[in-house]
Amino acid sequence: MFKHFLSLQWNAFTRSASFGKSLGLKIFMAFIAIYFSIVFLFLGIGLYPILEEVFPGGEPLNIVNRWILIYLALELVMRFMLQSLPVMSIKPLLSLPIAKRKVVNYVLLRSLFSFFNFLPLLLIIPFAVFTQHRTGISIISMLGWTVAVYALVLNVNYINFLLKKKFADDLKALLPYLLVVLLFYSLERLGFWSITESFAGGMNAVLEMPFLALLPVLLVFVLFKWNQKVLESRFYLDESLKGKTKEARSQDFQWLRKFGDIAPFLQLDLKLIWRNKRPKTLIFISLLIMGYGMIFYPEETYQNMPAIFVFVGIFMTGIFMINYGQFIPAWDSSYYSMMMAQNIPLKQYLASKAALLSFSVIVLTILTTPYAFFGWKILIINIACAVYNIGINVPVLLFSGSFNRKRIDLEKSPFMNYQGTGAAQWLVGLPLMIIPILLFWILNKFVSFEVGVIVLAGLGLLGIILRSAIMDMVVESYRKNKYAMINGFKQTGE
Amino acid sequence: MALNKQENRMITVTNLSKVYSGTQVLNIEHLEIPKGQSFGLVGNNGAGKTTFFSLLLDLIQPTTGNVFNNEITVSQSEEWKPFTASFIDESFLIGYLTPEEYFKFVGELRNRNSGDVTKFLQNFEEFFNGEILGRKKYLRDLSKGNQKKVGIVAALIGEPEVVILDEPFANLDPTTQIRLKALIRELLENSEMTILISSHDLIHVTEVCERIVVLDKGRIVNDIRTSEATLKELEQYFAGAAGKEENTLEEDVPQKQV
Repeated sequence: MFKHFLSLQWNAFTRSASFGKSLGLKIFMAFIAIYFSIVFLFLGIGLYPILEEVFPGGEPLNIVNRWILIYLALELVMRFMLQSLPVMSIKPLLSLPIAKRKVVNYVLLRSLFSFFNFLPLLLIIPFAVFTQHRTGISIISMLGWTVAVYALVLNVNYINFLLKKKFADDLKALLPYLLVVLLFYSLERLGFWSITESFAGGMNAVLEMPFLALLPVLLVFVLFKWNQKVLESRFYLDESLKGKTKEARSQDFQWLRKFGDIAPFLQLDLKLIWRNKRPKTLIFISLLIMGYGMIFYPEETYQNMPAIFVFVGIFMTGIFMINYGQFIPAWDSSYYSMMMAQNIPLKQYLASKAALLSFSVIVLTILTTPYAFFGWKILIINIACAVYNIGINVPVLLFSGSFNRKRIDLEKSPFMNYQGTGAAQWLVGLPLMIIPILLFWILNKFVSFEVGVIVLAGLGLLGIILRSAIMDMVVESYRKNKYAMINGFKQTGE
Repeated sequence: MALNKQENRMITVTNLSKVYSGTQVLNIEHLEIPKGQSFGLVGNNGAGKTTFFSLLLDLIQPTTGNVFNNEITVSQSEEWKPFTASFIDESFLIGYLTPEEYFKFVGELRNRNSGDVTKFLQNFEEFFNGEILGRKKYLRDLSKGNQKKVGIVAALIGEPEVVILDEPFANLDPTTQIRLKALIRELLENSEMTILISSHDLIHVTEVCERIVVLDKGRIVNDIRTSEATLKELEQYFAGAAGKEENTLEEDVPQKQV
């Protein structure tokens, strides 16, 4: 049976509409995977000597034991954002004579072969071998330790799925759990009770009594069963149908009427952003990115490199513009033929998109004004970047949008979601960020800071003044690519 | 027919063909649809019905030929959009809107304010059968049949001169099918609307369309002015098409120009 499932998935993969088209993306992902594998392997080999060097008095294994809990917690956070349960389309299987348990087991077992479970091995095994070699702990003890740590990693694997099932739709429900974590953290900080020390104690016990490694292994089975139960209870069609239907509220956004011709499209865009998971998450990401300045502005090292601040400025004021803009008009992909057949002049449609993006830049720029605390130069750079974003980057993004061919499913989470990503998205990053930074860097270095800022803002202003003519060119590109876009947006599947 | 052809022509198709990777899916040498006509398009799967409608709406590029909608070349100008409305499939619906919002959005595109739209929708209360308005559901959560009702009614907002409906009867329950037929007949009587309908259901088309064109493998094989005998004729044709390769109908009944 598992063989059947495997071949089904293989076919789904190779026969998907965009197989081959997104080869560049796959190569990129493979590159990232290899990179992380190498990093982890080197870390695994080097961990023992490094710890010896950094903590001369301590026993590396002890130090590692104390950090394991932190590591597992971080891994859980990473997995929560990046890893998802391997999906299978259950609908066609429901009416076939296949035991539910088999499908569920298959999905759960397959998750063990995730890259996330492979990576820690590269860290744990070299370290264990190295430690055994150096300290001469009995091989049995070390083996028990290795098994225990890896079993804990697998626990994280299954805990993640349980958490995801519970909280994926409702992140607010996570809050009480975060408070508990915070409580443990403060207990540790204030010196009342250290959870990491207790955990390290447990790990040391495993070293003394290797058979204790069976406990985390047992826990893996318990979690497996738990997952099994949860998944089986969801193994109905109406479960996936029922969960979706929320009560809809009608909204009017009457205040948008002021914008005249483009008002209906702005209304539509706001509803699109607010009512769909993927674009909605972009708002929260944009707000998070607002904190980006804190990484750069207080640092002494960057003070003499204002070009870095241009990068931060373009990025912070333009984060929503970049994230949302790069997928225009793919956001409308599920009803793009309607948009093309309805009484909608292309220019008006694009003008409304441009207005939305420009508006987001203005709002984000206002939100970044408190960074003026770190110097008036930062404020001026940010304003210049915002003008550049509105004048140049908005039309550039819209123009690149006419090369979008990939459908976007609005209801999927954006984390590690490469749906809709194609070469256009990678290429557009270039002029968006690199040109203004380079330009400013050269002017600042060879002329002066003031000239650099004025040129950036000037270019932006020029773009705003010539907006109408530029938009005509953009519209022309959309017209030329119309049929290919309609066709591309109809292709469902990955 | 005492109609003056030049003036009353709504849609003209010349030399229109569409080829997908070597396979010809549509080839229409000449077709004229006069203003105010109810035009029915029938044919088996793959006959080219949806392809034809997509070409009328400039959603796909013709390999050769042109479509003129009220003298406007659809692939070259957008001027036909203000007076043409259509519902082809679910990709004409915006899933995250409620039906009311969707109607208002379409209304705004057609220069109707929300008061106009609300008034307009009152005519369709029976057609909606209480399943559309005020249900606090997004379009994506409606059933296929109800989605179709929304799409059809939205295509009628703003008194368009040309309405194109692809398979409007499919997925509808029997009551709604009957109501839809009454609705179309009413529209034809009270307005100058030109309606193009495709269907697999011979009974429905013969009931509402005054002219029926049969497509087979992308070609027009029959062009009939609907009469008492039409349904029989069509049934014979399709039964024959199922039985043998060559159909005799083409020879028996010469193509009529309407």
